[in-house]
Amino acid sequence: MGFFGQLFVMAVSAIFIQNFVLAKFLGLCPYLGVSKKLDSAFGMGMAVIFVMTVASAFTFLIDKYLLVANGLEYLRTLAFILTIAALVQFVEMVIQKNAPALYKSLGVYLPLITTNCAVLGVAILNVTPLPDGSTYNFLWATLNGFLSGVGFTFVLLAMAGIRERLELVDMPKSMRGFASGLILAGTMALAFYGFMGLKI
Amino acid sequence: MTVTTILAASIGSQILIPVIILGIMGLAFGIILAVAAKFFNVQIDPRVEEITAILPGANCGGCGKAGCSGYADAVVHDGAPVNLCAPGGAEVAAHIARIMGTEAGAIEKKVAVFHCSSGGYKNTNWKYTYKGIESCKSAASIAGGPNACFWGCIGYNDCLKACMFGAISLDENGMRVVDWDKCTACGACVKACPRKLIELVPQNRAVHIKCSSLAKGPDAKAVCGTGNPCIGCGICARKCPVQAITVSNNLARIDYDKCINCGLCATACPTKAILDLLAGSRKKAEIDPEACIGCAICAKACPVEAISGELKQAHSIDKEKCVGCGICVEKCPKKAIKMQD
Repeated sequence: MGFFGQLFVMAVSAIFIQNFVLAKFLGLCPYLGVSKKLDSAFGMGMAVIFVMTVASAFTFLIDKYLLVANGLEYLRTLAFILTIAALVQFVEMVIQKNAPALYKSLGVYLPLITTNCAVLGVAILNVTPLPDGSTYNFLWATLNGFLSGVGFTFVLLAMAGIRERLELVDMPKSMRGFASGLILAGTMALAFYGFMGLKI
Repeated sequence: MTVTTILAASIGSQILIPVIILGIMGLAFGIILAVAAKFFNVQIDPRVEEITAILPGANCGGCGKAGCSGYADAVVHDGAPVNLCAPGGAEVAAHIARIMGTEAGAIEKKVAVFHCSSGGYKNTNWKYTYKGIESCKSAASIAGGPNACFWGCIGYNDCLKACMFGAISLDENGMRVVDWDKCTACGACVKACPRKLIELVPQNRAVHIKCSSLAKGPDAKAVCGTGNPCIGCGICARKCPVQAITVSNNLARIDYDKCINCGLCATACPTKAILDLLAGSRKKAEIDPEACIGCAICAKACPVEAISGELKQAHSIDKEKCVGCGICVEKCPKKAIKMQD
């Protein structure tokens, strides 16, 4: 399998089969919280893609050269949270200074996802051995972070689209808002469960 | 092994190394962030934060910006007017003006006014029975809406649901009533109404055209639930002493910047489509004969010809004819005219 073949497999896997929200149940907070409007869902999705990609790259390096080298794999959670938090802060400062336009569109969402479990999840899964015993290298870990972010954005936008339409529906009062949101999330997870049978 | 040796051993290998490594990581990140904070420091105008703190924080969007902080930013950087915050009112405008070092200017409190007299339980003519989602937006999209008048109120209360200040309520006839004290002129109802019946009008204006129908006279009359549509006859426009009313597309509209609340149009309207909130409670003008020099300026200015008198003689006002518009009070060079109950 060539590079692009592998990339395709990883993309389908990260977006559909092993979707962070609907298959791994990570990052549910923004999934339910920021999915009321398409606009903000898009902004959030872009911020998640960005942070996941950068965080994957950095945590991979931290893991390889600091933790594994010293036999401290059990400190991953702690070290990764520290790294991601510092990294997001740093990136926020840099883009506020150098790219005010980007800061305006991402700025609100960046601090929100500093310690999001989807971001931490992708960092930890990147350094966890795959079923066949191999591990990702730096390039594939970063790509995995990016594609997982795309998968997250995909379902977040789908959810926001459905919820915008549900706004118009004549629903019993007790079902409005979060209640129908949770049922909807469960239904979407069931639908995505069908992708698990996909063999690629 | 004694306790101390176990402790020493564990400190040596199992605790010390992780502590040192994590400590160094934390320290390094801390230093990097501290340096970055200095290096990438963006000068944020302190006035932006001050103004953000003063604003109500409702993020209603009435000012046209994304939220309160967006408005604060616009005031400082883009020179946005300081009096755009409707929920904050004059007080907040004055605060912002003080921060910006400018004058607040008069902030006119606006309120929502419905340009339709129909839409209640009994005063609406129906074209068909609508049994869908209880929303004007949804109903309006089906065959031009369930009510007979294409321009009129559908009565499913989208405006009421959109109001986050609870200023719109239903009276016993199912008509929407705006509580002017609660209304902040945020414009949410204006956006919510699919018929575009709601306008934000300065609160001190008392005369409103209660119709938005663009249909020709007879057609408008045939479908109107209250029988008081604007038929576009233009009598009001001719009666208006200040030319505040224009008729186009079979509909009269009041220019609220020009309107002087005289109410002449409401008395002249043949279909009673104009609502005059001050009807019957207006003061009448009275001339002080001592001060009047008989210049006759007031008589010329009076839109209803209620003032009479010989040149260079004291003039008098016919109280029956006077509509209380107050034009003569303004025109009198000797300030001899006063409004009396």
